Amino acid sequence: MSDRFSGLLLRRADDALVLGHRLSEWTGHAPSLEEELALANLALDLIGQARALYALAAEKGAGEDEDSLAYLRGDREYTNLLLLELPNGDFAVTIARLFLYAAFMDPFWRAAAGSRDRDLAAIAAKAEKEAAYHLRHAAEWLIRLGDGTEESHRRAQAALERLWPYTGEMFEPEDEVLVAADVCPEPAGLREAWNRTVDAVLAEATLSRPAECWMQSGGRAGRHTEHLGHMLAVMQSVARAHPGGKW
Amino acid sequence: MVNLRERAWAAAAAVVDPEIPVLTIEDLGVLREVVEGDAGVEVRITPTYSGCPAMGVIAWEVEAALAREGIAPARVVTVLSPAWTTDWLSEAGREKLREYGIAPPGKAGRRALFGDEAVSCPRCGCGETALLAEFGSTACKSLRQCQACREPFDAFKCH
Repeated sequence: MSDRFSGLLLRRADDALVLGHRLSEWTGHAPSLEEELALANLALDLIGQARALYALAAEKGAGEDEDSLAYLRGDREYTNLLLLELPNGDFAVTIARLFLYAAFMDPFWRAAAGSRDRDLAAIAAKAEKEAAYHLRHAAEWLIRLGDGTEESHRRAQAALERLWPYTGEMFEPEDEVLVAADVCPEPAGLREAWNRTVDAVLAEATLSRPAECWMQSGGRAGRHTEHLGHMLAVMQSVARAHPGGKW
Repeated sequence: MVNLRERAWAAAAAVVDPEIPVLTIEDLGVLREVVEGDAGVEVRITPTYSGCPAMGVIAWEVEAALAREGIAPARVVTVLSPAWTTDWLSEAGREKLREYGIAPPGKAGRRALFGDEAVSCPRCGCGETALLAEFGSTACKSLRQCQACREPFDAFKCH
């Protein structure tokens, strides 16, 4: 049970850290100062969620501490969604990814706040409010881009088409033992809520929902795109160059 | 005679938020509990946001405040449950925020996907204010502008 629970924590922590790191890459490059602050703050929320989840996983025996779990595992040991490790692309891809993920995490954390595990429920109760905020921010931008100029509409639609094959992985089954024990929600049960949010926002944004297609998979089993290794190499370089270093 | 737990609480309660120095961590509801056990005094604090960068400084300042009072052994731990919401902010804290020029948050609750929240200007009290940026000077604040006196101001986000 403990290994299963650690696995769940690491999946969710890896998701939050990888997307948090991607968003932090915009620091110094965002299209406006306000958006720069927004993306950095979103990243901060996600990295904060990751820290709480890693710390709990370490307590359950998954590793020494949160830092070693974040900085000393290789890409094959990371179990994040492929969607979250893809490069930022243009601003439309960044916003569309954040939207597709937050539209799932908003109901996920809300359901997880009722988890039988008290520690996970506490983390979820904080994260759900943050996810709701992220969803609103991303939805507002997606509407602005989709219903904006011809160019912003074209890019927003292209971003959705690019990311769509990576959305199926969010709904892959969670650990059945943990679901049966009411420790975490079954992702498939959140699909309807996700569909409703996505359809409402796309309609407002005058964007079309991409056609259903073959879905990419593998992140949960540690099989990643070529991009994660490069991202981790940058993210982990200082910690690996100075093992145990403190500052 | 004031007992150890009360002395520790008073010392910890005087620590101010490094980003909003008019508020103590007691006003904010970040200071949760002080318990006295066999291993000494344990002060429990809770973060406002998961990634709040002020937590490290707050923990360090609580430790320093306890040390100045000669309270030892003592440690500071972070607790997550029950989750902090803006409802933990005390009435006195809300008033101090307003005087400082930051609009205090309304009642915590889920906002709809679309739509804005009602926030009054902390300077002139006008109810007509507009959102300038959803993320202000810190993660817990947004930036708004009063439509009457035109003053831009920070608003504590409802959370």
